Amino acid sequence: MTTLAPPAVRVSEPTVTGGGRGGGLIWMTVPALLIFTAFGVVPLLGVLALSFTTWNNVGPIQPSGLDSWTTVLTDPDLPHALWVTFLIMGLSWLVQTPISVLLGVFLAAHKRYRGFLAVLYFIPLLLSSAAIAITYKALLDPNFGIGNGLGIPLLNQDWLGDSTLAVGVVVFIVSWQYIPFHTLIYQGAVRSIPHSMYEASLIDGAGRIRQFFSITLPQLRYTIVTSSTLMVVGSLTLFDLIYVLTAGGPGDATRALALEMYRTGFQANLMGPASAIAVILVLVGLGLSQLLRRLGGRGDESQQEGA
Amino acid sequence: MHKLLRLNWFGGALAWVWLLVVMLPIYWVVITSFKTRATYFITNTFAPPADPTFENYLTVIESGFIRYFLNSVIVTAGAVIPAVAVSFMASYAIVRGAGNRWLRSINTLFLLGLAIPLQAVVIPIYLIIIRIQMYDTLAAIIMPSIAFAIPLSVLVLANFIRDVPRELFESMRVDGASEWGTLWRLALPLTRPALVTVVIYNALSIWNGFILPLVLTQSPDQRTMPLALWTYEGEYGINVPAIAASVTLTTVPIVIAYAVGRRQLLSGLTAGFSK
Repeated sequence: MTTLAPPAVRVSEPTVTGGGRGGGLIWMTVPALLIFTAFGVVPLLGVLALSFTTWNNVGPIQPSGLDSWTTVLTDPDLPHALWVTFLIMGLSWLVQTPISVLLGVFLAAHKRYRGFLAVLYFIPLLLSSAAIAITYKALLDPNFGIGNGLGIPLLNQDWLGDSTLAVGVVVFIVSWQYIPFHTLIYQGAVRSIPHSMYEASLIDGAGRIRQFFSITLPQLRYTIVTSSTLMVVGSLTLFDLIYVLTAGGPGDATRALALEMYRTGFQANLMGPASAIAVILVLVGLGLSQLLRRLGGRGDESQQEGA
Repeated sequence: MHKLLRLNWFGGALAWVWLLVVMLPIYWVVITSFKTRATYFITNTFAPPADPTFENYLTVIESGFIRYFLNSVIVTAGAVIPAVAVSFMASYAIVRGAGNRWLRSINTLFLLGLAIPLQAVVIPIYLIIIRIQMYDTLAAIIMPSIAFAIPLSVLVLANFIRDVPRELFESMRVDGASEWGTLWRLALPLTRPALVTVVIYNALSIWNGFILPLVLTQSPDQRTMPLALWTYEGEYGINVPAIAASVTLTTVPIVIAYAVGRRQLLSGLTAGFSK
């Protein structure tokens, strides 16, 4: 569920109210500041520092200059891990976004089903990725799984044993888990679109489809940016699900970047190179969220202007 | 009018198909957990058990489930309560002391924290936990969980406290209340909906957390439920009904919690993300 952490939410700075009053309040931030620094800021700086060292998990930590970086950047596994990561990211975005938008629009307009569907839709988000991965692993069994149960022989595939299918399964499960969440985001956003816009367009004779493309979608622009950023950064750090579902297999077909980091660090005991991969993770994540913000035209505007 | 109806049907059909996609695996887990190992392999996998059995649940409970459950409760409560408490204090100070440049920097730091992915810093966290001799304890999971709950909690709580009318704070001041008294008697009750949202949200992500328990603990005694589930899967292998029972058991508490706090969670989430 760590994938739910939303890095894209923009907040207006607190409004400045006269005077420097508030100095006496600083002590109230101290506990939060201490623990956040110790286990958030320091590790972030630490991972950068560790990427210039050698540490085999038991011995001493030795500075080693650019060795870890050279190892990682010349490792033929890295381009593959990046490719797998971006493939899963792109495909899950393509699957999740249209479905979430359409479901969100539908649920926003239909009071009758909204409550009922929202209750049941939300359930996948409650489950741990481990539980979901384990369930699907059993359900996708080529002999006793879904194909047999539904009587559709086409579904009797060796889902997790075939490289292409395994990537598809990961994308499907990620979508299964998170489409409900993004649907809720879109549902909320659609409801906050001013009703007068639809009334005006109705007078102009716009049909439902025209309204969708001319009003709803443009108005959802910032929501699409937020939701896409969550999806993209979520896929980038996808770990639990893949680790339990395929452990990166078959072969290295689903060995995405976060998993590659874990394997390098905690299985091969190469903490230096693993830290370099972690730094790449952070940089790619920051780069992607900045890019999405630019694409959404949110780079320089304030939040209010977009509302 | 024609177009209008068609699009609605499309959305409606999609909504119900998606519901089926969502519910099918959940239905499957629950019914499978009541089948015996023998009947699982001979009956249709989606057929409800003719002769429901609790045997699988007993198997799971006998192999330490209660211990893992309690570990998860300890980790979740041990992280969420302090996380929300310190975040609430910090948010109060950030909002009430707006204009103070230290407080503004502190706020910015927390906002930047939203962008740090836990997975990417797990190696240094592991190193720190070893150095402070907390490896393989529940506290090892708790400490980083608190830290990573702070940014979002501060964001949500500060936005909420900001909406409290300034006059209320001023009148408390006039009455001679200290900042601590104002926080406790005014901000806390008024912020309750946001607090509940933040508590539920953090509890959910910590309860389901996998990578911290995986990296920071080792002995079976310290396993939390997601990790236990993973080891159950290794142990039971082909005993699919037992695996299904363990999945069901770890899921039931969270579904109950959801049933209780649903409205709050949904409204909090939609308010926090939709704009």
